[in-house]
Amino acid sequence: MRESLVVTPAPHLHDRTNIPMVMWNVVIALVPALIAAVWFWGIKSLMLTLLGAVAAVVTEALVQKFRKVPVSVADGSAFLTGMLLSFNISVGAPYWLPVVGAAFAIIVGKQVFGGLGNNPVNPALLGRAFLLASWPTLMTDKWVAAKNAAMSGLNDLSLIAADSLQVGFPKAYNLVTGATPLKVAQTLRDSTWISSLSPDQVANKALSLSIFENLFDFGTLRSLFVGNIGGCIGEVSVFALLLGALWLIYKNIIDWRIPSAYLGTVFVIAFFFGGIPGSSLSLGLPFFHLFSGGLMLGAFFMATDYTTTPLTKKGRIIFGVGCGLLTMVIRLVGGYPEGVSYSILFMNVMSPLIDRMTMPKAFGEVKK
Amino acid sequence: MRLKTFPGGVHPHDSKHYSNSVPITSAPLPTRVLIPVSQHIGSPSTPIVKVGDEVQTGQKIAEASGFVSIAQHATISGKITKIERFPHPTGNDQLAIEITGDGEDRWVNLVDEPGFLELSAEELKQRITDAGICGMGGAGFPTHVKLSPPPDKKIDTVILNGVECEPFLTSDHRLMLEHSSEILQGLKVLLKVTGAKQGMIGIEANKPDAIKLFEQLLAKENNISVVPLKLQYPQGAEKQLIYAATRRKVPNKGGLPLAVGVVVQNVATAYAVYEACRYRKPLVERVITISGPIVKKPANYRARIGTIMADLVALSGGASEMIAKIISGGPMMGFAIPTLEAPMSKGSSGLLLFGEKQAHDLAEHDCLRCARCVDVCPLNLMPSIIASSVKYKDLDMAVKAGLNDCMKCGSCAYVCPAHIRLVQWIDTGKMRWADMQRSKEKARKA
Repeated sequence: MRESLVVTPAPHLHDRTNIPMVMWNVVIALVPALIAAVWFWGIKSLMLTLLGAVAAVVTEALVQKFRKVPVSVADGSAFLTGMLLSFNISVGAPYWLPVVGAAFAIIVGKQVFGGLGNNPVNPALLGRAFLLASWPTLMTDKWVAAKNAAMSGLNDLSLIAADSLQVGFPKAYNLVTGATPLKVAQTLRDSTWISSLSPDQVANKALSLSIFENLFDFGTLRSLFVGNIGGCIGEVSVFALLLGALWLIYKNIIDWRIPSAYLGTVFVIAFFFGGIPGSSLSLGLPFFHLFSGGLMLGAFFMATDYTTTPLTKKGRIIFGVGCGLLTMVIRLVGGYPEGVSYSILFMNVMSPLIDRMTMPKAFGEVKK
Repeated sequence: MRLKTFPGGVHPHDSKHYSNSVPITSAPLPTRVLIPVSQHIGSPSTPIVKVGDEVQTGQKIAEASGFVSIAQHATISGKITKIERFPHPTGNDQLAIEITGDGEDRWVNLVDEPGFLELSAEELKQRITDAGICGMGGAGFPTHVKLSPPPDKKIDTVILNGVECEPFLTSDHRLMLEHSSEILQGLKVLLKVTGAKQGMIGIEANKPDAIKLFEQLLAKENNISVVPLKLQYPQGAEKQLIYAATRRKVPNKGGLPLAVGVVVQNVATAYAVYEACRYRKPLVERVITISGPIVKKPANYRARIGTIMADLVALSGGASEMIAKIISGGPMMGFAIPTLEAPMSKGSSGLLLFGEKQAHDLAEHDCLRCARCVDVCPLNLMPSIIASSVKYKDLDMAVKAGLNDCMKCGSCAYVCPAHIRLVQWIDTGKMRWADMQRSKEKARKA
C-alpha cells in the first residue's frame, strides 16, 4: 500500500477529456481548410497561418512569465487563437499583420482577463476587429484571386462587376484582382437601390441584375463550396470547413445547437430577403449566403468557442439565432459586406445575460 | 426491443468483466467485526449492549433511535469488546460496536415459514423493521420508512432496482442470477405491504442473462414485469429509474417517489426482505464485490456486515501492485477511504482497489464554460454555475442553479475537461447552506 493513499472526493473515474485534447482537436479540424488555402493560394497562406499561431504562443508564454503564472501554451489554446486569427486575414496581407493581430488577441483578448476561460469575447475575433479598424485597406482590399480561376469563371465575374460599376457608379470601387462574392453582391444590390435612375443607371441596373443572376448560378455555388473564390485564408473552402466541423461534432467537442441555429437563421433570412426587391430575383438564394464569407468558419469554429458562448441549451439556440439575425442585417442592410465576426462578438457580450435568462428548470420542477 | 432510459447521464466503461462471472462465495467467518451505529440515513442507532456482554449471531445490539432509524444486530457470536470510534466505510471515524468472535457462530432462534406471504401486511412490515433493513444500494434509507407512506398517498408501483449502474460492481448482478426466486418473493412482500398492484424489475442491458432469467420466471406473473434499460449512468438513481420505467417525474426540492405513487427498493434489499419475512433473519450479511484493476482475484463474497475490509482484500489475494486508492462503494459515488481497517456496512456493495495509474489526482483549471456538465446533468442543473457560486460565496445563485436538487451523481465531474471537482464544491455549498439555515433559525428564535 502506498505511504499516503489518494483520498479524493468522488467520482473516481474520469472520461479523460482534457483541455489540450479539446484544443488540439480543433486545430486538427482546421487543417483541411488550411490545405485548401494552400491549394488555392499557395504556400503563403501556410506561412501567414503559422506566423499567427507562433506569435500567439510566444505572446502567451511571455505574458504568463510576466504574470508569474504557469506557462500553459502546450494546451493548444493560444496556437488555436493565432491560427483562427490568421484564417481571418487575406492571403494578400503582409507577414507582420497576423503577428500583430495575434499578439493583440492574446494580450487584450485573453490574458488581461486572466487567461483561458475568463475572456468575455472571442480573442481571435477581437484581434480581427482590431486589425480591421487599424489597417482597413490591408484587411479589405488585398483579396487575391484563387489560382485556378478558370475553374469557375467567378473571378471573371468579379472583374466584370468591378468594371461595370466603376463605369456607371458615382463611387469608384477599387476592386483589385478579385473581390469576394459577398462584396460583389452587396455592390450590385446597392446599385439597384437608387430611386431615381438616369438612363445610364437603368442600363446599369439591368447589367447588375444579370450579374446577380450569374452570382446565384449553380457554378458560383460550386465554386463557393469547393473554394475557388476570393476571401480570407480560412474561409476559402466550405467543403474543407465542413469536414473539420463534422470531425468536431463526431468527437463531441462542439455542440450542434449553435451552428444549426446560426446557419438555419441565415438560411431563412437569405431566402426571404436575400434577393433584389421588385425584380425577378425577389427571393434570395440561401446557399449563396451560407457558403460565402466567413459564415462556415464562424458558425462552426468561432461561435462554438466555449468560454464566450452560453452554457444553457436554450441559451445556445438563442445565441445562434442572434448571430444569424445580426449577420444578415449587416450583410443586407449594413454598409459592410461581411457580418459574421461582428455578430459573434456582439453575441459573445450577450452570453452572460442569455444564461441568466435561460436558467433551466430542474428535473421534476414543481409548477408554481 | 426499444430500451428505456432517462435524459442526460454519461457512459463510463462498465468494467464489470472483472467479477461478473465469478459466483458468490461465502467469506469465512470473521474473528472480529465492527458494527457502526450509523449505517443508514437517519439518526444513529442506540447501543443496548455494554462491553463484556456475550452476544449471539442475529441478536439485537443497538435499537432504532427514532422512526427514521434502524436496529443493528450482532453478525457473529462472541463478546462485545469495545464501543468507540472506529474507521467507517464512508471515510471518517464513527461510533461502532466491536465484537470479538468465539468462532462458533451461535445464532438466535430463526424460524422457517414457507407460507410467509399469507401473513398480514402489518406483520410483514414488523418483521422488516425488526430485521434492521435499510436500502442496500448505497444511500441506506430505512426500508420500513419507505413502506409507511402517509395515508393520503397511494402506492401503485414497486420498482426493484437491479440497475447496478456503477462500474465494477456486480454484487446485485450475481444475486439476481443466483437468487432470482427469493428476490421475486421479496418483491411480492413489498407489493403486499404497500398495496401496490404493479411490480417492475429494472435491469440494464449489460446484464442480459439476468433480464432473460427474470423474463422466464415472470412468464406466469401478470402484474410483475422486467424493464430492460439502456446502459446509462446514473440510471440506478431513484428518480432516474422511476422516469425510465414509468415516465413519471418525482418532484424536485425534496420530493419523494411516494409523490408519484412509486416505491423503489434495491434487489439486495428485496432479498433481505425475503429472508426477514420467511426466517425472521436480521440483516447480518450481504454480497459485496471486491474488484478493481489491481485486485488479484476479483470476487463477489457473501460476508458478514462488519467484516474488516482488509480481511476481504486478503481473501481476494491482495493487490498485484501498490494500492494507491481504496474506494468503498462504486467508483462514481463511492468514498475514497484512508484505511482498509474500516468495516463493510449494510450499504457496502463494493470495495475497489486502484493502482497508481487509476488513482489520478488532477489539478483544477479555470472553468472553460464548455457546458459539458450542463449537458450531462440528469437533473437539468447547472453544475459549473453552482461550483463557481459556491467558490465566490454567492449561495443564493448556487441555489438558483440547483445546489439543493443535486444528488451528487458525479456525471458533471466525470466529463469536466478542466478537472474541476464539481461534486466537492457542491458538497461544500450544501454544507454552507445548511449552516446558514441553522444560524438563521437560531437568529429567529433568539
